[in-house]
Amino acid sequence: MKLNNKRPYPVLSVAALIVLAILLIILEMNRNSFGMAVSILQKSAILAIVAVSMNLLNGFTGLFSLGQAGFMAIGAYVTAIFSIPTETIDSVYYTGGLAPWLKAMKVGLDVLPASLQIILGILAGGLVAAIFAALIGIPVLRLKSDYLAIATLGFSEIIRAIISSPQMDRITNGSYGLKNIPGFALGLDFLPAGIGTLLVPFSVAGLCIGFMVLVIRSSYGRAFMAIREDGVAAEAMGINLLKHKEISFIISSFFTAVAGGLLAMFMRSIEARTFQISLTYDILLIVVIGGLGSVTGSVLSAFLVTAAKEWWLRFFDTPLVIGGVTIPLFRTGFRMVIFSLLLMAVVLFFRRGLMGNREFAWADLLSWPRRLAKTTPTGPKTGKGGKKNG
Amino acid sequence: MSLTTFIQHILTGVSLGGAYALIAIGYTLVYGILLLINFAHSDIFMMAGYFMIFSMAVMPWPIAIPVVIVATVVLGVLIEKAAYKPLRSAPRMSIMISSIGVSYLLQNLATYLFSALPKGYPTITPLKKVFQIGPVSASLVTFLTPVLTLILVFILMYLINHTKLGMAMRAVSKDYDTSKLMGIKINQIISLTFVIGSSMAAVGSILYFTDRMSVTPFSGTLPGLKCFVAAVLGGIGSVPGAVLGGFIIGISETFLTALGYSTYSDAFTFMLLILILIFRPTGLIGETVTDKV
Amino acid sequence: MADQNPVPVLELKDITMQFGGVVAVDNLSLQVHQGEIVALIGPNGAGKTTAFNVVTGVYAPTNGQVQFKGQPIAENYPRGKMEKLYAGQNKGAYTATICPTPDLITKKGIARTFQNIRLFKNMTVFENVLIAKHMNMKAGFFSAAFHLNNREEDQMREESLKLLEMVNLLDLKDEIANNLPYGKQRRLEIARALATSPDLLLLDEPAAGMNPQETEALTAFIRQIKKDFNLTILMIEHHMNLVMDISDRIYVIDFGKMIAAGTPEHVQNDPAVIAAYLGVDE
Repeated sequence: MKLNNKRPYPVLSVAALIVLAILLIILEMNRNSFGMAVSILQKSAILAIVAVSMNLLNGFTGLFSLGQAGFMAIGAYVTAIFSIPTETIDSVYYTGGLAPWLKAMKVGLDVLPASLQIILGILAGGLVAAIFAALIGIPVLRLKSDYLAIATLGFSEIIRAIISSPQMDRITNGSYGLKNIPGFALGLDFLPAGIGTLLVPFSVAGLCIGFMVLVIRSSYGRAFMAIREDGVAAEAMGINLLKHKEISFIISSFFTAVAGGLLAMFMRSIEARTFQISLTYDILLIVVIGGLGSVTGSVLSAFLVTAAKEWWLRFFDTPLVIGGVTIPLFRTGFRMVIFSLLLMAVVLFFRRGLMGNREFAWADLLSWPRRLAKTTPTGPKTGKGGKKNG
Repeated sequence: MSLTTFIQHILTGVSLGGAYALIAIGYTLVYGILLLINFAHSDIFMMAGYFMIFSMAVMPWPIAIPVVIVATVVLGVLIEKAAYKPLRSAPRMSIMISSIGVSYLLQNLATYLFSALPKGYPTITPLKKVFQIGPVSASLVTFLTPVLTLILVFILMYLINHTKLGMAMRAVSKDYDTSKLMGIKINQIISLTFVIGSSMAAVGSILYFTDRMSVTPFSGTLPGLKCFVAAVLGGIGSVPGAVLGGFIIGISETFLTALGYSTYSDAFTFMLLILILIFRPTGLIGETVTDKV
Repeated sequence: MADQNPVPVLELKDITMQFGGVVAVDNLSLQVHQGEIVALIGPNGAGKTTAFNVVTGVYAPTNGQVQFKGQPIAENYPRGKMEKLYAGQNKGAYTATICPTPDLITKKGIARTFQNIRLFKNMTVFENVLIAKHMNMKAGFFSAAFHLNNREEDQMREESLKLLEMVNLLDLKDEIANNLPYGKQRRLEIARALATSPDLLLLDEPAAGMNPQETEALTAFIRQIKKDFNLTILMIEHHMNLVMDISDRIYVIDFGKMIAAGTPEHVQNDPAVIAAYLGVDE
């Protein structure tokens, strides 16, 4: 991400946010007629957080980590434990009930309103993940990039194995999974029903991504990029590699877990199987399509890819009949094949993804018509600067 | 645990280890030459399973087996040419992402073509015949696997150490750029690497799936990861290392399951990986390399 | 030009660096005094960059001690597997283990450039220099993340711009480092090292790949920055014009061992040096 040398347009940013909020509220109030759109938007916002976190680690700091699914699992389970209502919790842990110390904690927290408990749960999930990341990071972050990938993959699977082990039955409910997780709707009496369904995930996403953008645009963000460009040179310029890699890893894992918590609320019930390695691959591919090193790219890509997978490509899964002739190939599963092929196309031919390492800037958008009209003899500039919205 | 049971478990473990060793060879060879973790290797192994299912449906096993091996090799080389060759000059991360993409594609392709439901693996009658040696009994495949593994590895080691082709392979893995300058036909050597790796994976898949009942599109993921761990454990880039790693992981997994800790056997394998990467990253029989600044 | 301060800025004591069975640097001792420009010359593979890497913490020495302004900043003795393999001298003379990471060495006031330019290629000229200011930032992570340290950030930017101006790269500040011509890339790498506010500057073949005019410009440049930034300089070089022109003293290394030391005139006429190597006159 280049330093800001574009003119910012704060008024436009604020206006865009207001328009977005209004659109979201309209959708929320009509969520029954726009069920699919709402669901896709929720999932996209959640995946956008993970995508940006992964980009922070991978695209900006150059640490190829594949442990996202594990950290999402931590966030999801901690959030679930905090947010499942105390009255119903023993029915969820039907084999032996929730562990006594957790039960006591929940009873103690019941003095707070439910929404506050959920917020605490999400933060706690992030914190637990951050602690894990700090500990795992010490041995693992000094490994070469390919080894780092496999090691973090391994940790992801270890976490999943621990979560589903019988010994953890009274904490995570072992392999039975957790259900009765509340959704996003705020459920406050003075608000219309359903408010929060979209505003909550989008606001949380906005806060998380906003913080990560602030980090990227700080001196530490530059240090991360230096490490990505040339670790030896960065070290020679006084940047302690382990400390900075740890910071990047911890921040990334914190927000990945927060997204995991939101995912739990989105799915209403979770199990260890939800957090297989394929989830990490899904995020990686979103990041690659968006462009390693572009926050805007990751956000855009999260929405585009989710919409494509869940919605537009559904076309390929239904049998296609033209003029009474059934076209072969179109049946369940074809959508994912097409998606995978598109992915390979991006990886092979459009390696820089949608945005490369550039960011969105109002200045670029506003001057677009003017630039289109002109023919520049010197050709396009390399490496534009940019300012992230908001 | 009685002696008989112990020996029985050793036998099972060695047999599983043999299959793991064959698959691990594919990982170690490709990493040695291209510095690439071929995430798609596990899914090539899975596809070999499906190839067997469909071949055995139309032909007897003596013909089906070579057909499967050839089909798997074709798949492996095709993947190399389509997804890895174009990225040879790209940063390392790109080609690793490509291999993840291929893995993803293969899994989705298999789900589409064969459905996600388990498909029964055909029985190769002679392999299933149970033999008894003293108090220990097992099917032929259990006895055959380690023997076959060692024979194949022996042949491979001979190829690598005593033929011109093998010398070319060793040269490429030591210094890619200079080998090109010395006139070694890089594309051929790389294709050969994938041929060997894929054929080993095909044999390994036959031995592995014969003892399991079925194949799903995701049957390759976990064994694949374990076999990569095996390769790292033994020393990535070293064929004997991969074999050693494969046997270690196969035996420990069998014993952990026998002792009742089957849920932890996977986690155990990854713990092994982390420990090796921290304390001896070059593996048990690998060689140390210093980076020049 | 050399200060009368008796404590040398940099002192290497019996530095031996052994890789496996190969002794790359053999019992090297040298001193650099305040305000001097000292050159380290020798044939390729003589061990000069390895010596630099020991000073800057990239390698821990197999044996020996490095002192900076009189304080030991690196020290080691043959341990573990190396104990049996050690083929160097002065075994047993050193007992401490001080093996800092390179960033700690830089924080003490030693900066370096690299033989093969190691710029942050995809970042701008300005960013390359600005990043080197990060290590001296007082604000902690959260302070910086929430942009509460605006004044400090502005100060770092101002200093970076000033630095770029002093090295004549200000007009290129938004250019991607990789796009710069070779000579300017070298200058940028030196500017980046200067941004860490060092007392001692280690230059690894700064004139590599330069033609005679560029080398002359570089010579003047080094003289200028030494004056402007009050530096002490230790330099590896092959361009004998530059070396003879600018150095106060020269150390000659061959096969990891010191074979001659002294003023340029002395070294030029030393038979051992002439026998081993005098380099290519450009």
